[in-house]
Amino acid sequence: MARTGNTILRVEHLTMRFGGLVAVDDLSFEAEQGDITALIGPNGAGKTTVFNCITGFYKPSEGRLGLRHGAAKAWAHLEALTDNGERCLTLPDGAVYQLERMPDYLVTQQARVARTFQNIRLFPGMTVLENLLVAQHNRLMLASGYTLLGILGFPSYSIAEKAAIDTARLWLDRVGLLARADDPAGDLPYGAQRRLEIARAMCTEPVLLCLDEPAAGLNPRESAELNELLLAIRAEHGMSILLIEHDMSVVMEISDHVIVLDYGVRIADGVPNEVRNDPKVIAAYLGVADRDVAKIEADVGL
Amino acid sequence: MAPEARSQRVDAARALREAGVTALIAFGLFLPLIGFQTVTDIHNELILQTRWQLLFAITAVVCIGRLAFSLGIEPWLAQRTLRPANATSAPWRSFVGRWFVPFAIGFVIAYPPIVIALNGFSGAVKWIDNFGIQILIYVMLGWGLNIVVGLAGLLDLGYVAFYAVGSYSYALLAKTLGLSFWILLPLAGVLASFWGILLGFPVLRLRGDYLAIVTLAFGEIIRIVLINFVDLTNGYAGISSIPRPTFFGIPFNANEDGFAAVFGLEFSPLYRTIFLYYLILALALLTALATVRLRRLPVGRAWEALREDETACRSLGINTTNTKLTAFAMGAMFAGFAGSFFASRQGFISPESFTFLESATILSIVVLGGMGSQVGVAIAAIVMIGGTEIMRDLDFLKQIFGPTFDPTQYRMLLFGFAMVLIMIWKPRGLIATREPSVFLKERKTIAADLVKEGHG
Repeated sequence: MARTGNTILRVEHLTMRFGGLVAVDDLSFEAEQGDITALIGPNGAGKTTVFNCITGFYKPSEGRLGLRHGAAKAWAHLEALTDNGERCLTLPDGAVYQLERMPDYLVTQQARVARTFQNIRLFPGMTVLENLLVAQHNRLMLASGYTLLGILGFPSYSIAEKAAIDTARLWLDRVGLLARADDPAGDLPYGAQRRLEIARAMCTEPVLLCLDEPAAGLNPRESAELNELLLAIRAEHGMSILLIEHDMSVVMEISDHVIVLDYGVRIADGVPNEVRNDPKVIAAYLGVADRDVAKIEADVGL
Repeated sequence: MAPEARSQRVDAARALREAGVTALIAFGLFLPLIGFQTVTDIHNELILQTRWQLLFAITAVVCIGRLAFSLGIEPWLAQRTLRPANATSAPWRSFVGRWFVPFAIGFVIAYPPIVIALNGFSGAVKWIDNFGIQILIYVMLGWGLNIVVGLAGLLDLGYVAFYAVGSYSYALLAKTLGLSFWILLPLAGVLASFWGILLGFPVLRLRGDYLAIVTLAFGEIIRIVLINFVDLTNGYAGISSIPRPTFFGIPFNANEDGFAAVFGLEFSPLYRTIFLYYLILALALLTALATVRLRRLPVGRAWEALREDETACRSLGINTTNTKLTAFAMGAMFAGFAGSFFASRQGFISPESFTFLESATILSIVVLGGMGSQVGVAIAAIVMIGGTEIMRDLDFLKQIFGPTFDPTQYRMLLFGFAMVLIMIWKPRGLIATREPSVFLKERKTIAADLVKEGHG
């Protein structure tokens, strides 16, 4: 198997069965470091299931989900990790993780994979700022000496909290919500809630950001702003982004790599332009026989 | 003018019609229940008696009540919903909001001297003991449960189990090992929180109704073990002559080395009561202070985040298992403190003190007060427990209802009434708004309808 140097996430033979239903069937793909990889497909294709497997919300029926931190040559140790049955293998200049072996919170805490949700999951009764502080829970927990030092008023916690508020302020400024920092998150308009959820995921300091339909429900202008935000996050933080999206204006404009799923099987994989013209993809999306594809393609102006 | 008057008339007609229907329903319902009564006569035979007067009286009360509701309360409620929300935020509200807590703390500290000044030495015991201490125990329990239910959103119907664990820990350890109150107080808290964690483990996967039922069962298990483990707990008979707390080693008795003698005072049982009052006050304030601080720590924010959305919490790398366990343990610890105080105050404990009714009372205090709100919980405790105590004193009611009338028997009825009224008037409790734990520029209170109640 070719080991490309820059892979950050490697999904191998991922299969997820729910009873008799095979939601994801022997799916393999790789996401490159610093790339925006889009996962697209018709409704019910298994995209969110793949996300839930990667982020530990589901335990895959079969398959291996490898993630790398640090140097690319860490991949060489993946087989050793698989054999020794541990969750991760820490090396002097990096680490490899097997995400399918980790519970959901450790995927974020240790493997540093952050995610957002298709139906926004903010903490609506907490302020925007509090939402971002909850995202920095583990760092603050350590600084508060697992609550013990914090409740006694040791300064280490107040210093860490100030730093966390500064991080939050930075991200709020970034997503244009600084003025609303003290408002409850549930009061924000829909588009702002989407941006806040991305900011909150970024506050966990991830290496891989998984966005589940970030443009759903946004108007064209908000979609364009989202594109800018995602590109900026990638440019400034070298963030690798995995994206599920239906909005083709988002997918085609910003993705470096598109993977198309249909009925849990990968039907296409490549740069946006290749995928756009793949007859199988068009058939899957539009639901026509292969011979009619050319005609319909012409009709929709692809 | 004219349309208004017409709507008024229409309302009256509707109210009369509704009152008539209600009276009919009440009559139909109460006819077999109250209208007929079977009694055994002197020949030991069952005979049927009718109670028409009582039946008509009750029906009339229901009818008039419905009429009053339709004409008085309903329009008032409708008006209240029409009024814009911000119209109520008058300047006096913010003034009261700022000064209420310092004033309330000042008052509870000054309470014993005030009562002694008003009622004299002998009359003050009742006010400090029955009102002060009793209410403060429930304030403390309410604040403790508030961590579990109000902050973490985990519905716990068996909270009294931890109270029982604290009480029995103190009673048994003090009697067998002879340890002092000040050593056993933290120990009882630790033991109770240990049981909290023990309960937490199996129920972590449960949510909502299921969690409530398992915690309810846990409360009953503890009580039944206390009844049946006779060798250890002495069963129904309970544990008596539990050592009373001392004033840092000086006992409250009439001896030469007693508190009164040492401080050159005339002996009075009131000193112990006053000491106990300040002790429970300090414990309650400790609970409140700890909760206030915890809310600003990551663990407290994680509790509230857990109440808001557990899945989102997990996606942010929060170990929800540990977070729930800490909530259970913290809540249980304060119940353990309160329990050991209770045992040392009463000097006698038995499983009778730890029934489900106690859990229900504490939970209703939290719900009525407003989940998550400390001030609300304190007010609810004062109203519920103080109200019960006041009912013991309403002797004049006996002159109205006859000598067999015992107002305390109607306690639960009044609880129910209070619940129904609060749920109509303020469905989320007295103080349902949430204060954010941190702010950038200004602290804005969060409206109740945004704050989630948790899924259990």
